[in-house]
Amino acid sequence: MLSIIEFGKDVQAPGTVMKRPCHGQVKIEGEVLRSFGKPVTASGASVPLANPVIRALSSGGLRSGLVAIFTALGLSAGAASPARAQDSVEILNVSYDPTRELYREYNDLFNDWWTAQGNPAVSVNQSHGGSGGQARAVIDGLDATVVTLALSADIDAISERTGKIPADWQSRLEHNSSPYTSTIVFLVREGNPKGLSDWGDLVKDGVQVITPNPKTSGGARWNFLAAWAWALEEYDGDEDKARDYVTALFRNVPVLDSGARGSTTTFTQRGIGDVLLAWENEAFLALQEQGEDAFDIVVPSVSVLAEPPVTLVDGNITSDAQRVAAQAYLEYLYSPEAQALAVKHFYRAWDTSAAAPEDIARFPDLKRLTIADFGGWAKVQPAFFGDGGLFDQIYEE
Amino acid sequence: MSDTAMTPPLGVTTEPLLARRLLICTVIVLISVLLFAPLIAVFSEALSQGAGAAIQSLASSDARSAIRLTLIVATIAVPLNAAFGIAAAWAITKFDFRGKAFLITLIDLPFSVSPVVAGLALVLLFGANSTFGAWLVAHDLKIVFAFPGIVLATMFVTFPFVARELIPVMIEQGKAEEEAALTLGATGWRAFFTVTLPNIRWALLYGVLLCNARAMGEFGAVAVISGKIRGQTTTMPIMIEMLYNEYLSVAAFSLAAVLALLALLTLILKSVLEWRYSALLAATRRH
Repeated sequence: MLSIIEFGKDVQAPGTVMKRPCHGQVKIEGEVLRSFGKPVTASGASVPLANPVIRALSSGGLRSGLVAIFTALGLSAGAASPARAQDSVEILNVSYDPTRELYREYNDLFNDWWTAQGNPAVSVNQSHGGSGGQARAVIDGLDATVVTLALSADIDAISERTGKIPADWQSRLEHNSSPYTSTIVFLVREGNPKGLSDWGDLVKDGVQVITPNPKTSGGARWNFLAAWAWALEEYDGDEDKARDYVTALFRNVPVLDSGARGSTTTFTQRGIGDVLLAWENEAFLALQEQGEDAFDIVVPSVSVLAEPPVTLVDGNITSDAQRVAAQAYLEYLYSPEAQALAVKHFYRAWDTSAAAPEDIARFPDLKRLTIADFGGWAKVQPAFFGDGGLFDQIYEE
Repeated sequence: MSDTAMTPPLGVTTEPLLARRLLICTVIVLISVLLFAPLIAVFSEALSQGAGAAIQSLASSDARSAIRLTLIVATIAVPLNAAFGIAAAWAITKFDFRGKAFLITLIDLPFSVSPVVAGLALVLLFGANSTFGAWLVAHDLKIVFAFPGIVLATMFVTFPFVARELIPVMIEQGKAEEEAALTLGATGWRAFFTVTLPNIRWALLYGVLLCNARAMGEFGAVAVISGKIRGQTTTMPIMIEMLYNEYLSVAAFSLAAVLALLALLTLILKSVLEWRYSALLAATRRH
């Protein structure tokens, strides 16, 4: 049964009745809040659950005062005012670094399709940064509606620490919830002056390698794993030798940026380093933006199948309308049109039926290991990148 | 010693002409390289594809909301910090109490703490994982990754500017004039508005202008707490970094040029005021 509790003249909260302890009071469970209070009698049943958790009814009271101030300032960044939440649906997509260009176009594509279905337009807000840092921000309270990060481990972290995402989130959408995939390649300076062709060349004396910090960047963790995979193969599974190899590799890294885009800028615009370990899409984008004659892409013999996953942050959903729109936003990523867009932005997609042939032809074939080959993120994350993990150990040496 | 007496009134130094010219040239070169060259680089990069492209990039909704957000944040943070600075300087210079040195150190804290640490401290305090933060979330009040957090971070970083400008001036002026006003029967407020405030107005103005320049330009603390939501919680400095990282260098440098212009405008305003009231200024400085 539904009931509304009144906290004062101006503030009410709707929710399902859990208990009726005594004195005409009820305990209700709203979407975020559980509370005791005196129920409002008359209008009780008519208020839908989809309302914001607490409704400010008129001016006065701390929260409505704040709302009034923010509205007067013309800002929507503060507490969302009740009227706005009902009129238009807003989604905040918290994503990682290299997807900026993809989602800028995808948001328009999605909205065109969504409004063509007879739905009101959705305003999609974007936030980008290193994947690990973005997950941290969501854990600290960044109000993400959907997260589209580089690694499932980062979404696992949100799920574990906040409970806002169910633990089985990765099975909610196709292909491990990864609508597009990518791999790690080398970006070298024009003509490959240092003659770098495979992972073994990166530990040579005088080669400077640019990669972001595996602690904060998802791409950097894939870089690390790809190097590790190559070394294990090269030394017939000898972990000590593989460890020596990655130690030597990171000794050649002069600067660790916090995100993939920071590293790309370091390499391409600040001119530091001989080789950038980059997302394939990030490498192609650098070629496109900086000119084909400035850099070359080198494809190593072994790399990884990186699956950047997407999911809904259930705990942050404020209305049914928002949930429906956010769900559609993620599912439409798998449509042929969206997949073609991913291919255009240098991601490898599953459904290439609508993609331009010349876009598909850009991707070379190479051996790609999945995270399952390393034992899954649940094993890899603590062993390699956790506190005192392999990455910490090689930096202590 | 005797030749100093022989030199004309203006020549107060004993260094040879060459040394003086050399020193002046060094200063000019240093100023050009360190101050003007970067400024010119920003403007030339902004205009590299013509003024039209620059203006078009500034007209985008993201850029406009970044400019608006920065101005609103400064409008809130600067007056509050000015009021705080006056109160703090007044308390420190006109009264004697225990723990004064500690209070002065405390005011200086934001200067010595790295802005990133300041931002992280606010996230720790108000973030969803703290007790207080959880209470805020339960009541649907957003501080971190929203507008109030940006204002808080900006205020923290610009806290000392006004007080730091006022304290030396007020120490120099002493308490005698206020005491005279009080013995003549003025109330505390009257003494403040008719005696103290006119005496400190130039220092106050200077402090407010510095505070404003920093409030608009703050990056570190705000970057940590903003959540970087495009068009909502991106201030100008954060937007500039984002645009640069997105290979949109014309847009990035156009916005940077606007930020630089705002700072220049602040300085020009100060110079104009100083020039218009130079007579008054000279009079107050005689004190």
